[in-house]
Amino acid sequence: MSTEWLHGALAIAGLGLITLVTRGFFLLSDSPWPMPAWLIEGLRYAPLAALVAVIAPEVIMLDGQLISTWKDARLFAAAAAIACFAWRRSVLATIVVGTSVMVALRMGLGW
Amino acid sequence: MSSITPGMAAWGLVTGVAMVKTGMGVPLALMMSLLVFAGSAQLATMPLIATGAPLWVVWATALCVNLRFVIFSAAWRPYLGVYSRRQRLGIAYFCADLNYVVFMRRFPDPKPAPEHLPYLWGGAALNWVAWQVASITGILMADSVPTESGIGFAGTVALIGVTGSLLNRPATWVAAAVAASAAVAAYALPLKLNIVVAIAAALAAGLLMDHGGARWRRKTEPARPVSPVSLANPADPAAPAAKPGGDA
Repeated sequence: MSTEWLHGALAIAGLGLITLVTRGFFLLSDSPWPMPAWLIEGLRYAPLAALVAVIAPEVIMLDGQLISTWKDARLFAAAAAIACFAWRRSVLATIVVGTSVMVALRMGLGW
Repeated sequence: MSSITPGMAAWGLVTGVAMVKTGMGVPLALMMSLLVFAGSAQLATMPLIATGAPLWVVWATALCVNLRFVIFSAAWRPYLGVYSRRQRLGIAYFCADLNYVVFMRRFPDPKPAPEHLPYLWGGAALNWVAWQVASITGILMADSVPTESGIGFAGTVALIGVTGSLLNRPATWVAAAVAASAAVAAYALPLKLNIVVAIAAALAAGLLMDHGGARWRRKTEPARPVSPVSLANPADPAAPAAKPGGDA
């Protein structure tokens, strides 16, 4: 076993532990965690915020900057996805439509 | 959950391919996929591992990228605090972002209930299997997968769909707009910290909308005379509409 492999394996083992501890941070202790009411209320917005925080940079940014040209497959794919969901309210249909537009523009026009 | 799965599988596939293409090698990539099971942490640390960066750098990176999980676990606590530690740790390993999002959409009331665990484990099992199958496929067939076709975007599109299902009140639109602006504005922050900033900003915006809006409405509404008819009317428009969304 090379040191490189060992280093990698150790790193990954640590990552597994870190992920477990962060995902279960407030679930680790058996004693109750009192939370202020405003926090419990506010956390209702966390799922939406987390989703949008991932989507927004993925769609309108490239390499840390706002995209400069409208000829970007992602813009059209996202717009198609939004339109599809607004019309059909189906996540599966949205995935199919959005991905098709993306692949078509990316492969067909090179956007 | 099952309709979101194709999007998550696309992401799993792309992540698997990326792990091998960054030079990690198949055994380590397989180990990472199974032990870590966190796409963003994997993507952030794979180049570091491939180039032999110091362990503390790898771990600090993952810690920062995973900070949003700490926020989610605070939200989980009121629902899951009643279960055994083994159960809670199992959930901590298996539950990805999307399991958290669809669960919170389905069960908005933060109190324990018997239908929570079956729902949670059903979604988590499906997502884990789909992700791992896709990821391992990507790892083993990295050279044959055409990632430049943009197929990985299916994951982002899936999130767009789920986001649409969460935008059910004006306050949510405001919170979403704030989150998007914050995430883009703070994008220069390393290690996906912009996500944490966006969550905090959206939390504040949402709370302001909920409380500020109620106060404003009370101030601006003219006093209504109380009549026997309105007292007896069960269809009170002021009652909160708490409807769990349908299964995606």
